[in-house]
Amino acid sequence: MVETRFKKRVIFLIAYLIFAILPVYWMVNMSFKTNEEILSVFSLWPRDFTLEHYKTILTDESWYSGYINSMIYVAMNTVMSLSVALPAAYAFSRYRFLGDKHVFFWLLTNRMTPPAVFLLPFFQLYTTLGLMDTHIAVALAHLLFNVPLAVWILEGFMSGVPREIDETAYIDGYSFPRFFVTIFIPLIKSGVGVAAFFCFMFSWVELLMARTLTSVDAKPIVATMTRTVSASGMDWGVLAAAGVLTIVPGAIVIWFVRHYIAKGFAMGRV
Amino acid sequence: MKPINQKAWFLILPVVLCVAFSAILPLMTVVNYSVQDIISPDRRVFVGTEWFKAVMRDEDLHGALLRQITFSLAVLAVQIPLGIALALSMPAKGWQSSAVLVAVAISLLIPWNVVGTIWQIYGRADIGLMGYTLAALGIEYSYTGNATHAWLTVLLMDVWHWTPLVALLCFAGLRAIPDAYYQAASIDGASKFAVFRYIQLPKLRGVLVIAVLLRFMDSFMIYTEPFVLTGGGPGNATTFLSQYLTQKAVGQFDLGPAAAFSLIYFLIILVLSFILYNWMQRVGTADKSNAEGRHG
Repeated sequence: MVETRFKKRVIFLIAYLIFAILPVYWMVNMSFKTNEEILSVFSLWPRDFTLEHYKTILTDESWYSGYINSMIYVAMNTVMSLSVALPAAYAFSRYRFLGDKHVFFWLLTNRMTPPAVFLLPFFQLYTTLGLMDTHIAVALAHLLFNVPLAVWILEGFMSGVPREIDETAYIDGYSFPRFFVTIFIPLIKSGVGVAAFFCFMFSWVELLMARTLTSVDAKPIVATMTRTVSASGMDWGVLAAAGVLTIVPGAIVIWFVRHYIAKGFAMGRV
Repeated sequence: MKPINQKAWFLILPVVLCVAFSAILPLMTVVNYSVQDIISPDRRVFVGTEWFKAVMRDEDLHGALLRQITFSLAVLAVQIPLGIALALSMPAKGWQSSAVLVAVAISLLIPWNVVGTIWQIYGRADIGLMGYTLAALGIEYSYTGNATHAWLTVLLMDVWHWTPLVALLCFAGLRAIPDAYYQAASIDGASKFAVFRYIQLPKLRGVLVIAVLLRFMDSFMIYTEPFVLTGGGPGNATTFLSQYLTQKAVGQFDLGPAAAFSLIYFLIILVLSFILYNWMQRVGTADKSNAEGRHG
């Protein structure tokens, strides 16, 4: 009985993984093909194997600096989002105060506006502040959708931790900051891991705001990518190669936070 | 019951300031545009609610709204159960766990325009794996010619792209359940289903609320992927709300009506999310009191 259930799970998981991986495989496959081969024949693996597309990206500064710029503002954004969201999520999960429910829902409403709406006002705002074409401008703009997300995710995890733990710690003489950092955050590791990954992810793939607020010095990779569409048609191979390279930093991030996500609740050790 | 503590405001103040800085100013600008006819930057006429009335009467908008609601409900109906099932079947320990986590997360990390481009090739019957396979199976599949196929392809692409978000949230939620709960269940001799229904599902409520709302809002604003894949066609089978908005704003370059449209759009999402949120809260608390009744 347990045996068949276990097998069903594994079969389901493998089926999903195949469904998930095939389009990615097709992208990797495309990135090693010449443009002629991509558009003319159906081939399961490249016939004229070429590294030309990767060479284009890795040797041209306007291409690879896009990756560096993206990483800088995404890292800034993730750190800022989590550091303001952690105390706020704690307040929402532990206390009642004036307007708590309203503020909590209002935060999320900031994710409900089509981003195109914000472009013109943001452009005017950051030009006035003299922050155009800087990493910090994009990092700040992305707080708009990442902070609410982080607060909501973290609040969900914090509410799952029994309040007795806080009370015991205070009785034991812990101050709030010490309790929060040394006891509480380790308890919701999986939540912090997921929140960090999602902040990274949403900031990494956001195109409209990042493109509007930058021109040269902080131009992100997603904006550079739109170059592959030109009058002479589409450079499919370079786009696929750039797509493959955009997965790499995120895959590294999830590799690092995987323990946080997978370990979870450490009740026994408290 | 949570204690009342007004000092908690100090903890949420940084968040409120951060978000207000980015949100309130732009929103006021949009409200400002929506009540004016901007002929040129120096010539503006106050038109009151005229744009709002015009947008409400727009027949094409009603069509796009209906398509949008259908699509978002389909997204939720597929992705939430699939995401939960996936989270339950993901291994929790060892190298398999890490490998599966990375494999599942990959589709989230691809920029949205690339997602559309890949599926564009992937679905083509002559050069794409999916299109080719379907054609080999004897199915006349064409996402550019057949409205149903186009709609289903956009849905499939969205399922591929975003189910991992639900799965990762639920996976982390499952890991946050203390072992003691499972031990208690096995002492009681609870079945797998009972464990899911009375331990895992209630404990996942927090992450499920955010997963449902996120998927609802984001699918309601879906733009890049269908735009790249089908361009809204064939006909207007895959023209969703935000694409219709962009057509209006960019195509006719009318800031006033576009701003009024965005505000109505925002209000629709707000109201629907609010209904969804309150419904989930009610279901959740009803569940809790049921469970407490059972034990008491």
